[in-house]
Amino acid sequence: MTKLTPVLSANWDEKDSFTIAGYQRAGGYKALTKALAMEPDAVIQLVKDSGLRGRGGAGFPTGSKWGFIPQGDNKEHYLVVNADESEPGTCKDMPLLMANPHVLIEGMIIASYAIRANYAFVYIRGEVAHVVRRVQQAIEDAYKAGFLGKNIGGKGFDLELVLHVGAGAYICGEETALLDSLEGFRGQPRLRPPFPAIAGLYAKPTVVNNVESIASVPAIIQNGVEWFQAMGTEKSKGFTLYSLSGHVKNPGQFEAPLGITLREILELAGGVREGHQLKFWTPGGSSTPMFTAEHLDVPLDYEGVSAAGSMLGTKALQIFDETTCVVRAALRWTEFYKHESCGKCTPCREGTWWLVQMLQDLEDGKGTEEDLAKLLDLCDNIAGRSFCALADGAVAPIISSLKYFRSEYLEHQKNGGCPFDPVASTNFAAVKS
Amino acid sequence: MQFTAEQLKVMDSIIARYPRSRSAIMPLLHYVQAIDGYVTPRGIEVIAGKLDLATAEVTAVSTFYTQYRSEPAGEYHVGVCINTLCAVMGGDAIYESVSEHLGIENHETTKDGKVSLERIECNAACDYAPVVMVNWEFYDNQTPQSVKDLVDAARAGNPPAPTRGPNKLRTWKENSEVLAGISDGLYNEGVSAGEASLRGLKISKGEK
Repeated sequence: MTKLTPVLSANWDEKDSFTIAGYQRAGGYKALTKALAMEPDAVIQLVKDSGLRGRGGAGFPTGSKWGFIPQGDNKEHYLVVNADESEPGTCKDMPLLMANPHVLIEGMIIASYAIRANYAFVYIRGEVAHVVRRVQQAIEDAYKAGFLGKNIGGKGFDLELVLHVGAGAYICGEETALLDSLEGFRGQPRLRPPFPAIAGLYAKPTVVNNVESIASVPAIIQNGVEWFQAMGTEKSKGFTLYSLSGHVKNPGQFEAPLGITLREILELAGGVREGHQLKFWTPGGSSTPMFTAEHLDVPLDYEGVSAAGSMLGTKALQIFDETTCVVRAALRWTEFYKHESCGKCTPCREGTWWLVQMLQDLEDGKGTEEDLAKLLDLCDNIAGRSFCALADGAVAPIISSLKYFRSEYLEHQKNGGCPFDPVASTNFAAVKS
Repeated sequence: MQFTAEQLKVMDSIIARYPRSRSAIMPLLHYVQAIDGYVTPRGIEVIAGKLDLATAEVTAVSTFYTQYRSEPAGEYHVGVCINTLCAVMGGDAIYESVSEHLGIENHETTKDGKVSLERIECNAACDYAPVVMVNWEFYDNQTPQSVKDLVDAARAGNPPAPTRGPNKLRTWKENSEVLAGISDGLYNEGVSAGEASLRGLKISKGEK
C-alpha cells in the first residue's frame, strides 16, 4: 500500500497557513536563503537532477525548461506561472493557492533567480475571487519582508512579481495563448517554433511553468535531490497532488508519490459511493482518454498512464458510476470544447460544432450506427490539425468512450432516447422526493 | 458622465504594474466593471485613450473573454457549473430549478437588478461538486433547494457567506475590483482549506 506524502499540503490544516507568519513557522522561505547562496546555474542543475517534471499536464522536465533560456544574451528574461487551472476535473492549484500561496511565491523567486529574470507574473484564472485575495496579499507581504523588490537577501538580485487576473477563457491555460493574453491581446495560441524559451513574453526568453511545478521547488532545494527521488517511480520522481472527484464517498486532494494507483486512492477515500460501481474515469482531466474498471491498477505516473493509452495530465481523477450516461458525458465535454475553442484554426472551430450536433442526435436516440463511423472520421480530421492541443483534447472523450462503450451509443437509438435516469446520478438522489 | 479623477488615477496605477502598458488591458476591463457593472462604451474609450489603442482593439479583447459583460450583471451574479462532473452530480438540476425559480435564462438578470444567472464551465472545485459561484466566490456541495434559498436571501439583501471565502458575500462590483488587483483586505477571512482539500492530509495523520 502506497503511503500518502503531504508536502505542499502539509500545513493546510493550520488556521493561518496562507499568511507569511504561518508559512515561515512551517519552514517557509528557508529554501530561498539556501538557493540564493548557490550559483544560478547550480540551482538549474539541482532541479534537473531531481527529475521534477511539469505538473500542468505535459510532464516536461522543469530543470531542462529553465536550461533552455539563453544566458548572457543581454535580454530581459521572464518567468510566467500558469495558474489558469481550467481543465475539467482539475482542482489542485486553486486550493493550493488558497491555503498556501507563499510556497508558490518562494518557488517563483528561486526560479527567477535561476533563469535570471527580474520580472515574474502569476496568471490566475478570473473566476476565483478569494484565491486572488490570498495571492495578492502574499505578494504584498513578501515585498514587505524583503523577499521581493530590490537587492533580495542582500545578494544584488532584483525581482518584481505581478499578479495578473484572467477573465474566463480556458484556452489561456495553453502557454502561448496565455502569453498573448498577458500581452493584452485575445488569448490565441501561437505557432511554434519559436518556443517561449527563445521568444515568449514580449518576444523575450520566457519560462512558463504550472503552479504545482514551481511550488515543488522550495521543498526540493530544502531537502535535496535524494529525498525527492526516494518518492515516485523510475522516470516519474517525487510527490504530486491527485484530485479525486465524482461518485466517491470521500472526494478531495491526495498528495502521494507518483505511481500510486486509483485502486489505492479509492481505498483511502472509502471507495465508490455506497451501492454503486465504477463505470469510467479520467486520469488527468477531460482531455485525457477515459479509463474503466480494468485500469484500476495502472500506475498513475507519466509512463504508466501513457502505456495504458491515456495521459497523466493534471491528475484529475473524475469518477463516474454506473448511473452515468457516457454519451451525455461526452456530449457535455464536447459542448465545453466548442465553447472554449478560440476560433483560430478551422478544424477545431468548425469541427467542435459538428461534433456537438452529432452527439446531441446520438444522445437523443436519433443517431445511427453509420453516424458512429462518421463521428470517428470527424475526430480524425480535427485531432492534430490545429495550432494547439485543445482540438486533440476535444476528441479524447469521444474516441475513448466509443472504444469502451460503443453498445451504449447504439442503445440510445434502440431506446429512442437516453436510457438513463439523470436523477439517479446526482448526489442528492436519495434526498430528492 | 466622466470617470472621476480618483478613478483615473487608479487606472494609471494599474498600468504602472506592467513593463508594457498594453498588458494592463485586462485589469482595466475588470476595473471598468467594478465601476459600471459591465464593459461600457465609456469604459472602452477611456482604456483605448490610456493605452493609445483604437476602441475596436479594446472591444476585440473585451468580447473574447466570457467574464467581461456587454450588459449589466446583477448585484449577485450566480454561476452554476454545468460542466460534465458537476452537471451529472446535480448541476443540471440546480440550473433548471433556479432558472425557473427566478424566471430568467442564461445571461439574463432579474427585473430588480439583483440576480443574474450564468451557466459556467469547470471552476476548479470538482471535489466540492455540484459547485455554484456567486460573484466568483465558492458555494460548495449545492442542491436545487440550497441555491433557491441562496438567491432568495440575496434578493432580500442577506446572502449566506461563501463556503470558502470572506465572512460576508460582496457585490459583483466590489468583487470586480478585487479581480482588477485592488485589495479589499478580506484575505484573512474564511477557512485555509475546505474539508475535501484536507482529505488526504487528515488520512495521512491518522485522522478521518
